[in-house]
Amino acid sequence: MNQIHNLFKNKNKNILCIYFTAGFPYLNSTEEIIKILQDLPVDLIEIGIPYSDPLSDGMIIQKSNQIALSNGMNISLLFDQIEKIKEKIKIPIILMGYYNQFYQFRENKFLKNCKKSGISGLILPDLPVDIFLQKYQNIFKKYFLSMIFLITPKTNSSRISMLSKISDGFLYIVSSSSTTGSSNSFGEEQISFFKRIKKLSLDIPKLIGFGIKDKKTFDLACKYANGGIIGSSFIQSLDKDKLKKSIIKYIKSIIFDY
Amino acid sequence: MKYFVDKNGYYGEFGGAFIPEMLHYNIIEIEHKYKELITSDEYQKLYKKLLKNYVGRPTPLYFCKKYSDQYNARIYLKREDLNYTGSHKINNAIGQALLAKKLEKKKVIAETGAGQHGVATATICALMHLECIIFMGEKDIQRQYSNVIRMKSLGAEVNPVLSGDKTLKDAVNEAIRYWINHPESYYLMGSTVGPHPYPQMVADIQSIISEEIKTQLRKIEGHPDPNYVIACIGGGSNAAGSFYHFLDNDSVTLVAVEAAGLGLTTKKTAASIHCGTKGILHGSMTFVLQDKDGQVIPAYSISPGLDYPGIGPMFANLFVKKRVNFLSSTDEEALLAGYELTRLEGIIPALESAHALAALKKIPFQKEDVVVITLSGRGDKDINVYNKFFLKLSNNESNT
Repeated sequence: MNQIHNLFKNKNKNILCIYFTAGFPYLNSTEEIIKILQDLPVDLIEIGIPYSDPLSDGMIIQKSNQIALSNGMNISLLFDQIEKIKEKIKIPIILMGYYNQFYQFRENKFLKNCKKSGISGLILPDLPVDIFLQKYQNIFKKYFLSMIFLITPKTNSSRISMLSKISDGFLYIVSSSSTTGSSNSFGEEQISFFKRIKKLSLDIPKLIGFGIKDKKTFDLACKYANGGIIGSSFIQSLDKDKLKKSIIKYIKSIIFDY
Repeated sequence: MKYFVDKNGYYGEFGGAFIPEMLHYNIIEIEHKYKELITSDEYQKLYKKLLKNYVGRPTPLYFCKKYSDQYNARIYLKREDLNYTGSHKINNAIGQALLAKKLEKKKVIAETGAGQHGVATATICALMHLECIIFMGEKDIQRQYSNVIRMKSLGAEVNPVLSGDKTLKDAVNEAIRYWINHPESYYLMGSTVGPHPYPQMVADIQSIISEEIKTQLRKIEGHPDPNYVIACIGGGSNAAGSFYHFLDNDSVTLVAVEAAGLGLTTKKTAASIHCGTKGILHGSMTFVLQDKDGQVIPAYSISPGLDYPGIGPMFANLFVKKRVNFLSSTDEEALLAGYELTRLEGIIPALESAHALAALKKIPFQKEDVVVITLSGRGDKDINVYNKFFLKLSNNESNT
């Protein structure tokens, strides 16, 4: 059992997952951000591996990727940084990147490094399902790593059912057809999509992402799923010079009673 | 048909559809509808009719007397530059716009580097009453401004791309991101790149070029197959169209010419086959200019239509299977070749096509060899670059 399974075993609602880009705002901020977040009411951390061509990401994450790359962040360094603090990490960590990064690093080596650094899961949004099943599913199992798949309002019911079965840990519900940070608010279309998913009674925890930017949208995500993932608006809130203060302030704005 | 796409969208180990879930529905929809459409008589009739009456096809296969004497072979130019809108891109724009119509899309988006694909798309959108949004790197907007004016005149919205290196690769990124946010639109991709079925679709549609070459050669030379077909290659639409009907005939030597930029060893290059490694770019497995972490390295070429850090998956396979010979031409070699054609034959080639012409110096032809070079576009858009180079040349000549 990996840490994501443990998390959902002990807590099945109001899960707060925070996404940030490794190496942003500065090269060594990854360790600091993890430590700050885990002392706050944050349940799960998703770390983005900066990429030159992040196709699913909107301007805010793209920009953080560029800055992180110019700061000198790379995958080896990120694994080193996480491994160094792995004994101190109390909450599950997921890595998010693009398939080309995973492929260039050599997949086996990447997965071994995940295991060594205490990573619990991966999100590779452009990895085709058939390739995952043929080439990687067994290795993921061997290393107790979760592979998290995305579904969107355009994903039909049979595909949702298939993705919920091969996804491990949780299913990532993309609130609307958009890149990250693009949605304004949850409208009728999103709500009816969330209701549709809820009705399907899928046998896997679900987190809603894309478009969660404040308490209101987070609470809605918690109403229709096990919780929500916040990325762009968190990144936008980071103050390089007052990192801890800005993170505390942001998380407080999402969880008022903290 | 051993070099064509398999049922899963792969050319050997290359191709596929490496796309986020947000695009899954759109891609599947296109794949299904395209299969249905390409075999329909109605589509074929309409496509051919527009090519004939709107574009002006067939384009001539022009025998270059002086060029032939110079290079000791029988050299023909396939004049795609004489297509309406000035390049081969219009063939693909028409074929895909008909598909967009079939899918009942109201809005078309496209990326462009040199602007030729943008102009072709804007043209066909005006003809078919489709809203048109073109993504173009800010650097390319400055380099190819005449085409920007043409696109705008045709009613297209030209969106400057400010991300990355502000060239073609980034224009594709932005177009894909826009498509994710606006799945109701149709993405009219301009080259044999991107997720399956785009590489196949663009190659199929552009195959009109090699189909005509065969017919024309049969009439002129008494034989449909040349000894050589030479084409420049960035993403690969022009080369795919030129090679298509010759791929399974090993007696025809196929030569694709990449843009070496300042040179293959300078890191200022666009030669993805020569300098790239296997990886994923814009949804397909191919050869990519990238570092060891998989970060894409910006491509460089004097020609905005060729400075793309990848190549269509079909060509990655043709390279690995050794079916196509890959050569490269530097900026300077291309400019000199463009100058030579201009002065010898009175034809100003697009900078992209000039790269293919530069390869003539690198191939040891036999006197009776029949050589076809596709002139993918005309050089009006590049006239300022040529002019600067020609002035420099004449200054150097007068100083010596």
